[in-house]
Amino acid sequence: MQEIFNIFIKSIFVDNMIFAYFLGMCSYLAVSKTVKTSVGLGAAVIFVLGITVPVDYLLNEYILRPGALYWLDGSFADVDLSFLSFIMFIAIIASMVQLVEMIVEKFSPTLYSSLGIFLPLIAVNCAILGGSLFMQEREYQSLAQATSFGLGSGLGWFLAIVGIAAIREKIRYSDVPAPLRGLGITFIITGLMGIAFMSFLGIKL
Amino acid sequence: MSTEIKEREPLFSAKNVKLLKNPLNLSNPITVQVLGICSALAVTAKLEPAIVMSISVIFVTAISNVVISVLRNGIPPRIRIIVQLVVIATMVILVDQVLKAFVYDVSKQLSVFVGLIITNCIIMGRLEAFAMANKPWPSFLDGIGNGLGYGLILVVIAFLRELLGSGSIYGLQIIPHQFYEMGYKNNGLMILPPMALIVVGVIIWVQRHYTRDLIEKN
Repeated sequence: MQEIFNIFIKSIFVDNMIFAYFLGMCSYLAVSKTVKTSVGLGAAVIFVLGITVPVDYLLNEYILRPGALYWLDGSFADVDLSFLSFIMFIAIIASMVQLVEMIVEKFSPTLYSSLGIFLPLIAVNCAILGGSLFMQEREYQSLAQATSFGLGSGLGWFLAIVGIAAIREKIRYSDVPAPLRGLGITFIITGLMGIAFMSFLGIKL
Repeated sequence: MSTEIKEREPLFSAKNVKLLKNPLNLSNPITVQVLGICSALAVTAKLEPAIVMSISVIFVTAISNVVISVLRNGIPPRIRIIVQLVVIATMVILVDQVLKAFVYDVSKQLSVFVGLIITNCIIMGRLEAFAMANKPWPSFLDGIGNGLGYGLILVVIAFLRELLGSGSIYGLQIIPHQFYEMGYKNNGLMILPPMALIVVGVIIWVQRHYTRDLIEKN
């Protein structure tokens, strides 16, 4: 239980998707102009990461991992399909995003109207595929660990995008040198936020 | 029907050379189009992985641009994203296997970022914006050009970070020992992830200072 909690905290603060690995930077820079839209996108990322990482964990555990097909038949014990993981993960992510979009639209129209436009964007967000690939690389032991990693990474991404959006809303009133305006200053602020987040590195978990 | 044969465009006409050169500065994928940042920054602490990454991206953009351009009239518009993802993912699997076979150490350093070439927005963006509407040869040049533009920024960032952070270039010690004895120290901050962002910010600053058209109004 404690291990699961540790993974959760670690993936929010220490291994933050944006500040430590730069994943999902494209949508991070494009959609962080106002706090309102960035909350929508951030929530959608938490949602999708919380679903795709556990699903990809099961896929990796029972189909792709070396020797994973053992449950089918003993003679498959040394089959290694891990070279297929990129294409399988991206297929799962694309179809899960589609599925989530349909389910949300059917059961919660209010949630759909706030998340809806962002969901298709997310299929090609590097943070989602990155989450699955990190899950595979770090070899989490159980479904619960993979889920808490997925949710934690999503929450970390959410914090980062909402933070930068709030700063960008204010910095509009400052006198930034002309060539730095817009993109340039956003990069530098993100770097400074990253340095601030590095203070979490000292936490022993 | 020989009257219909048009004069063939030379392989390197002015228009085609432009396709190759523009992404290096005026429409640079990283600093102007803001595509593909995700994988660009994490691999630039040292020069070697940055170069390997650039070559991989140039390969994947060029080849998948050509493939999609050849297939462009046969792809139903509704499922084009899936088709593009499959083509890109196939190329990336090829690159990944080659890297694992020949430069295993670098492949370990790049870790998940080779896989993340799939969701690299440069590639999807170029397929969508260029290859779907153009012939294979210009698409190939466009792919190479954008790959090079990406690689150029990567190499510049990696050069600065490795020089200031480790005092070496491509693994070779550049700053002489006497400097260290006189009290010079490597700037450890440069190797850490956040500095990559700040270096990109500064590169954008310098570029926009010289190319005034790119300045955002805000």
